[in-house]
Amino acid sequence: MKPAKFDYYAPVARDEALGLLGQHGYDAKALAGGQSLMPMMNLRLARPAVVVDINRVAGLSGIDSGESGMTIGAMTRQRDLERSAEVRERFPLIAAAVPHIAHFQIRNRGTVGGSLAHSDPAAEIPALCLALDAEITAASSRGERTIAAGDFSLGLLTTALEPDELLTEVRLPWLDSDGESQWRWGFREVCRRDGDFALVGAIALLRLDGDNVCREARIAMFGVGDGPARIPGAEAALVGRAVDADARAEAAGLVSQAVDPGSDIHASAEYRKEVSGVMARRALEDAVSG
Amino acid sequence: MMPLIEIRMTVNGREYGGRVESRLTLADFLRNELNLTGTHLGCEHGVCGACTILVDGEAVRSCLLLAVQADGATLMTVEGLADGDELHPLQAAFQENHALQCGFCTPGFLMTAYALLRDNPNPSESEVRQGIGGNICRCTGYAPIIRAIQQTGTV
Repeated sequence: MKPAKFDYYAPVARDEALGLLGQHGYDAKALAGGQSLMPMMNLRLARPAVVVDINRVAGLSGIDSGESGMTIGAMTRQRDLERSAEVRERFPLIAAAVPHIAHFQIRNRGTVGGSLAHSDPAAEIPALCLALDAEITAASSRGERTIAAGDFSLGLLTTALEPDELLTEVRLPWLDSDGESQWRWGFREVCRRDGDFALVGAIALLRLDGDNVCREARIAMFGVGDGPARIPGAEAALVGRAVDADARAEAAGLVSQAVDPGSDIHASAEYRKEVSGVMARRALEDAVSG
Repeated sequence: MMPLIEIRMTVNGREYGGRVESRLTLADFLRNELNLTGTHLGCEHGVCGACTILVDGEAVRSCLLLAVQADGATLMTVEGLADGDELHPLQAAFQENHALQCGFCTPGFLMTAYALLRDNPNPSESEVRQGIGGNICRCTGYAPIIRAIQQTGTV
């Protein structure tokens, strides 16, 4: 099918883009990489009256390492994350996860901000942001605000962004390793074919000391609810103890209990619930052994 | 409603221009306005890969771009592969290995393989499998396609 008619704007300045979003509010959609919005428009699941194409807006893309963390512009293509030596070195978790996003032709266009703003529950980038305690910047003609990743997803395809707001960048605080402890990570997802949406995905981040005792734990699951979710119960079960096979199995069991996935044509709720524990356990194994 | 929008782009080394509605996809512009019908449209929502072309050197789905977004861009479509009547080595390898039957998906496979071999010459079988994961063939099967791409090696 073909998109319905819309008015098209391609601003080159940020203020111009924000002005257009402010003026048109709910009638407007920002067009980033177009890898989610364009299919929805072609299928007429989305019929925005106004499309504000932000591909020509200056200053919205790039990867910058600062003192406290890495800042990634909203229009940074997923492919640029994948190719970035800086990302590979400082956030190997992201480098490992990004190739799982669809296919390379999609990642050539798809953006970091677009994936966040679209908020598909099975998407990798929102889950990575949640696991990495990202701060998301939203700008509008009214000003700028920062939204914690944990407050960003409000449910299925719904975010904390107001209709006049544009997601402009994501800031990822460094995972600081001190002399006594080090951050370790694991990433797992399962899908029927490479490039498909994840049926279930798990991210594990552990700060381990020299005796493998866990000082801090983060477990983020995706594909198993309305949005990515941290599992505080499983995280708490790991802190203060060695992350051995028993601890990993216990945490995995708690993950499986905590998630409340739905059934669809791709997998049943029972399957997703069971596999959540398996993915979490394997991500924890990778974190401990990697 | 908005007036038609004037666009210009370079396709396979040649300059083209047009006046288009904002909602016209790049794939439809290529096929219906420029008569470059080598680019095929299967699913029109980014799943099948038949419409894959290169935009500013990167393989993308032309059904998920608006024609107006390609204003000023440099494109390469399947028509840009052959040199006159002489098939590109990738096309010749597809022919030799029987990597097509109906040919509907072929333009997308060729453009995907072109980008793949340019970025990663002489890929392993599993790298080829991964690389063509975003293109669907419904009749030939993938084994001859993989053989043709591996045999070509570089572009």
